[in-house]
Amino acid sequence: MTLLRVEGLTKHFPVRGRGLVRAVDGIDFAVAAGETLGLVGESGCGKTTTGRMLVRLLEPTGGRIVFEGRDISHLGRRDLRLLRQDLQIIFQDPYASLNPRHTVGRIVAMPLEVNGIRPPGGVKQRVRELLELVGLNPEHYNRYPHEFSGGQRQRIGIARALALRPKLIVADEPVSALDVSIQAQVVNLLRGLQRDLGLAFVFIAHDLAVVRHFCQRVAVMYLGRIVEIGDREQIYERPRHPYTRALLSAVPEVTAPARANGRIRLAGDVPTPLDPPSGCRFRTRCWKARDVCATTEPALTNGVACHFPEGDDG
Amino acid sequence: MRGAVGPAADPYLQVRDLRVRFATEDGVVRAVDGVSFAVERGRTLGIVGESGSGKSVTSLAVLGLHDPKRATVTGEILVGGRDVVGRPDEEVRRLRGRDMAMIFQDPLSALHPYYPVGRQIAEAYRVHHPRAGRAEARGRTVQMLDRVGIPQPERRARQYPHEFSGGMRQRAMIAMALVNDPDLLIADEPTTALDVTVQAQILDLLEDLQKEFDSAIVLITHDLGVVSQVADDVLVMYGGRAVEHGSAEQVLRRPRHPYTSGLLACVPTLHGDADADLVPIPGSPPSLIHLPAGCAFHPRCRYADDRSRAEVPELRSVAEGHLVACHRPGVAS
Repeated sequence: MTLLRVEGLTKHFPVRGRGLVRAVDGIDFAVAAGETLGLVGESGCGKTTTGRMLVRLLEPTGGRIVFEGRDISHLGRRDLRLLRQDLQIIFQDPYASLNPRHTVGRIVAMPLEVNGIRPPGGVKQRVRELLELVGLNPEHYNRYPHEFSGGQRQRIGIARALALRPKLIVADEPVSALDVSIQAQVVNLLRGLQRDLGLAFVFIAHDLAVVRHFCQRVAVMYLGRIVEIGDREQIYERPRHPYTRALLSAVPEVTAPARANGRIRLAGDVPTPLDPPSGCRFRTRCWKARDVCATTEPALTNGVACHFPEGDDG
Repeated sequence: MRGAVGPAADPYLQVRDLRVRFATEDGVVRAVDGVSFAVERGRTLGIVGESGSGKSVTSLAVLGLHDPKRATVTGEILVGGRDVVGRPDEEVRRLRGRDMAMIFQDPLSALHPYYPVGRQIAEAYRVHHPRAGRAEARGRTVQMLDRVGIPQPERRARQYPHEFSGGMRQRAMIAMALVNDPDLLIADEPTTALDVTVQAQILDLLEDLQKEFDSAIVLITHDLGVVSQVADDVLVMYGGRAVEHGSAEQVLRRPRHPYTSGLLACVPTLHGDADADLVPIPGSPPSLIHLPAGCAFHPRCRYADDRSRAEVPELRSVAEGHLVACHRPGVAS
């Protein structure tokens, strides 16, 4: 069952005197109930803007977001508040996203309070359950964020996101600010919650290895467009878009043979989204680009947006 | 220059029993607590650790950048045979930028926003080459920008930092660091702020430049993948101390300290079973004010015994050139 569907989703930001930043420029994807979709890509690809539109912290400039059959692209304040009972977000920075003057109990209870929800057994009881669910000591109810480590703070953010029993959580780089040894703890926690509570996730990350351990499906973004989307297997084992291949090839890994041959090195940086290249946006860095790539933008067909996808040329 | 750690013939950088302490309101922070290592010309030492491990404080000490009013630095830091510790500021400053240079994580904070990039690099050159004329410095600048892979270097030299992309800024900072042909380069998380495809470019560049300039490189990072790509030798730090030290091959492929093994095991990878849970290290890195007694890692170590809880393990050799600070080395492997 489709929980969330995005059609032609677009967000353009006007920049004074310089035109439009095409942060997200017409993307389509769907997330089924209980499914985990990863959004990956480098800075400026539009993954974070997409995440913020999904929970409607940003309003799209074009296209539609359909959640449980209802168009939420332009909901007003009151409807948004109701919507967020089902749709929550976890942020990257566990330091900036918690109010330092509020106790943990108050932070986690806030979504209940704002929505006027009185859970059976009382708010306090529910908050204790939530703290326990994310692996925190429920006795720490009265402590303040600064008394917790980075990993524990991220757990507080997760407990807050779970307070309203949402159906979908957008997690925007939820582990990238954490120390390596802590990342695994939080990834495991999110995996357990996803499994046990049947939650759907849109998991936004630049770290391809983390996404591989969390997501069933993956969408690769480049300069505001989805260039490839598919099952985890497909994306990681048989990538078809040259950019996906390059991205995977650039990840430094201890287990990979050091200084391996056949590595793909892209030249240059990502172009500015103020003035994306004509045709295929990746063509300026692509070793397979030909004339058609500059004139015609490839459509996303069978999960890949490329005129010359891998596997088609033998 | 890969290979086993041999007896250091002439290490350009030699650090012996380095200790850095900060007095704070909450108590004394022992940020670095007795660390020793050496780096020869043409080799790269990777210092790996999480936040609070002391890796960055170590690099700042080597560069002589700690404020003596706030930090107490003891031990020996020999750069080309000259001890940096306790040397007058003026003399350390002369070493810095000429004999040793640095690359930081964030090039924006290292480049002045008001001056063209080329002018800043030229100035770094002229400070240490007082007899060089304007034209010479300018020529050298363009040559360096070109060498680090910045297209149209003459035009780029006239531009301001904000006109550069993140990757180009990092290249410009590398050009500035190398303009005086330093013997020692310290790179503190040089690719952490960069996208993965740009990171790959910069790591390749650093490797090429090292071959060309034959400098000693200290690379500080939290990313074991980065270290495995560029380091000849690896030093793993935890709670301000060295816990494992050896060739990259030894430390990353045959780790003998449970913390190193744990770090390697908890990182998600592009290979292996994607459905298996990751194997995290329980708990969090320790506070440097209240370091656990005995082995600082013992509260997080499933192999800890009574001795680990009571006695700080010394770095001991477990194989030629491979040092481990653990009472039960190899127990996790």
